[in-house]
Amino acid sequence: MREQTANSVSVQLIDIVKSFQAGYNANDHVNFSAYPGEIHALIGENGAGKSTLMNILYGMYQADSGKILINGKEAKFRSPADAIKLGVGMVHQHFMLVNTFSVLENIILGDEDTFRFDVIDMKRSKQKVIELKKSFEINVELDDISGGLAVGIQQKIEILKLLYRNAEIMILDEPTAILTPQETEELFKTLAELKNSGKTIILITHKLGEVLAISDRVTVLRRGKVTGILKTNQTSSNELAKMITGRSIESQVIKKSAGGEKIILEVNDLYINNDRGSLAINGISLIIKEGEIFGIAGVEGNGQEELAEAICGLRKISKGTINIAGIDDFKKSIAHIPANRHKYGIVKEFTLEENLILGREKEENFSNGWILNNKKINEFSEVIIEEYDIRPENSKALMEGLSGGNQQKAVAAREMTKNSDLVVISHPTRGLDILASEFVHRTILEESKKGKAILLISSDLSELLKLSDKIAVMYNGRITGELDPKSTNENEIGEYMTGLKSNKR
Amino acid sequence: MNKITKYIYSAAGPILSIIISLIFGAVLIALIGKNPIDIYTKMFSDTIGNSYGFGQVMFKSTTLIFTGLAAAFAFKAGLFNIGAEGQLTIGAFASAWVGITFVNFPWQIIIPLSLLAAFIGGAFWAGIAGYLKARFGSHEVINTIMLNFIAMALVSYIVNNIYLVPATIHTPEISPESVLLRFDILTGMFKGSPFNLSFPIAIGACILMYLIINKSVLGYRIRTYGFNPFAAEYAKMKSGRIILWSMAVSGGLAGLGGLNFVNGYKHYFELGLSENAGYIGIAVALIARNNPFAIIPVSIFFGILEYGGLTVNTLVPKEIVTIMQGIIILLIIAVTKIFEKKFKVKTV
Ligand SMILES: Nc1ncnc2c1ncn2[C@@H]1O[C@H](COP(=O)(O)OP(=O)(O)OP(=O)(O)O)[C@@H](O)[C@H]1O
Ligand SMILES: [Mg+2]
Repeated sequence: MREQTANSVSVQLIDIVKSFQAGYNANDHVNFSAYPGEIHALIGENGAGKSTLMNILYGMYQADSGKILINGKEAKFRSPADAIKLGVGMVHQHFMLVNTFSVLENIILGDEDTFRFDVIDMKRSKQKVIELKKSFEINVELDDISGGLAVGIQQKIEILKLLYRNAEIMILDEPTAILTPQETEELFKTLAELKNSGKTIILITHKLGEVLAISDRVTVLRRGKVTGILKTNQTSSNELAKMITGRSIESQVIKKSAGGEKIILEVNDLYINNDRGSLAINGISLIIKEGEIFGIAGVEGNGQEELAEAICGLRKISKGTINIAGIDDFKKSIAHIPANRHKYGIVKEFTLEENLILGREKEENFSNGWILNNKKINEFSEVIIEEYDIRPENSKALMEGLSGGNQQKAVAAREMTKNSDLVVISHPTRGLDILASEFVHRTILEESKKGKAILLISSDLSELLKLSDKIAVMYNGRITGELDPKSTNENEIGEYMTGLKSNKR
Repeated sequence: MNKITKYIYSAAGPILSIIISLIFGAVLIALIGKNPIDIYTKMFSDTIGNSYGFGQVMFKSTTLIFTGLAAAFAFKAGLFNIGAEGQLTIGAFASAWVGITFVNFPWQIIIPLSLLAAFIGGAFWAGIAGYLKARFGSHEVINTIMLNFIAMALVSYIVNNIYLVPATIHTPEISPESVLLRFDILTGMFKGSPFNLSFPIAIGACILMYLIINKSVLGYRIRTYGFNPFAAEYAKMKSGRIILWSMAVSGGLAGLGGLNFVNGYKHYFELGLSENAGYIGIAVALIARNNPFAIIPVSIFFGILEYGGLTVNTLVPKEIVTIMQGIIILLIIAVTKIFEKKFKVKTV
């Protein structure tokens, strides 16, 4: 870090207050600052107010009170366009790329400087992007079509977009939640480059390991208030965890012995096409027995999602069979935590309680088949809120007003409490804070002890190792490795994931 | 922001745009050399100012409530039903047919039967559009437009060739037992106006829509599909069924609108009775933001515009009133969008 003086500070948020509902401040007199050449981690539990604070800095929301200083000068942002003019840019957790555009088009899209008399100066723009790519060592093919690119690459495009707009202050909201360890490593290399060139990086994350590995300073939020500002090299994972949750946590998950003999899910020689018509699943067979947790590791885009969707009846199979024991209309009663929760898992215009019965509205508890039993639905919702610690503790809150992590908790709660023999889970703890992750892990284990068969897809290898009875690695639409979690480790799984190793065929 | 301020903000948009368009209309009226104050005074005193005029307004509003509900119901499923015109015509004809055919039935039987016929007639007609979409994916806008044409031609053919009273364009009268009585006969109020018992049926229809949408499993599924079709698919809802049902109920509501004219007013079916109520219903639903209860005041407002236009017919060209109606609709849509952005109030 460079020598920091008061006037070299690039971002200063002073006494920020923001409230969405009377009586609770999502940001409660928050002070925050960051310096050029610094990677500043912003952490805190789900709903602590991290995204809100950064959305204020980015001009997406306006604070109720408080000041924003950029390079020491007060700034008033009415929209993200105002913010980007002063060099503030943000990469959201959900990318906003036009799928049918090329990478280059997406990068220059919407930037005013690109247009000269309404004509896009492609050559000049491309030259600028190429230079940016080179100086920050970001590797993407500019002529590829953006749709269908791996998330890691889409993220690079988003970063290039900001650089192209000359962003000096870059905010990344949970960028690593969806990345594989390898992709995360690459991202961190890029961030280090950016830092060295004097940019201000603000990084939101739930992974304390990452905070310790890459940040210079940390700001901790809890329930809208700052509970700590620390130098990274003077703190520890334990201290941070305590600051986040307000208490010390012990991470103890007791793994049970593998389940019974009854086969619940049998997939036989399965072939599936992806959205673009090429093979996504290239001959997969697997068996999951009752009480078993079957983990699937793999770099995103190697067929895991297509497999999950096919099992849940959301995708046509081109060849092979899927059998699920004891259920005729099996598709009805599979519990499914989808990878893309915004597309499938929630209705953002619905209230929390309405979301908690999605796909379960005909269950005896919630209706008589025709009329909803709103009282019972509400009671169920109150229990879930309590048990899963969903915030705000309000069944009538609109889903779109919930923080990302709380939305995820709601989906997990709905699916884990569903009465079904098979649970298909993709990335259950993506975006969850430490406590919530622990809770969901415990729930998964409890449900499997009850005899549920669980298919667990995750890019978080420690999660897979911790929970699974078996781990299969998918690469290029095939299972290339079947490993025993007791005798393997993250490195070995990584080698299978990148195709370096294979113990099948 | 609490609930009440939210309601104030979401009502402020429409009210503001009505004021702006009244000012705009005043300018137009002044431009053709008339005194806006006089015109507006006459419009208001002849519509809401006297009981005959108000009865006329309420009569017109009654049909609009039904067609407004029809559009709103389909909107809830994300569907655009612009076929209320045809569905209303079919419903009206079905109800007339019941009234003409079952002459000896007492009102206790024939009235429910007429209601049922009007509903099923409209539901069937819209159901065809829904089926085509669910089965073949053809867009409901095209389907409903085409079915409008077919409905008009079909009904015209049947009336002209089977039911016509010579030298008129209408059918014979329905039986007296199938008449929905006028309020002036019932209460002595609204003297001479055709405001009739279809209105409480319309209010009942609003309540029905509210209950279906908010309290039933079907309504839950319709809303899910309307907001996020992928979530509906994920939740194993059958999209085809949702489309079919929401179109059918939507069409049934439009069909009920036929009662107002046939059983409540003329007591026969007449070609062209829909008078664009089907299309105005879309505007009603948009402005009422698909809220079944907001549809009532919005329909009354449109009733005032329509009948108010008639009352000043001799003083200002009808086109001026039509222009004002159009401007109001455009303004309301624009202003509410601005309000939504500015104050982040939610619609629908
Ligand atoms: N648009 C909104 N409308 C209503 N409430 C909101 C809105 N955005 C955020 N909130 C509320 O503000 C609080 C803070 O949310 P925020 O998204 O900032 O949390 P976060 O720290 O980013 O959490 P996570 O780790 O889960 O993403 C939450 O209680 C949330 O419900
Ligand atoms: Mg967040």
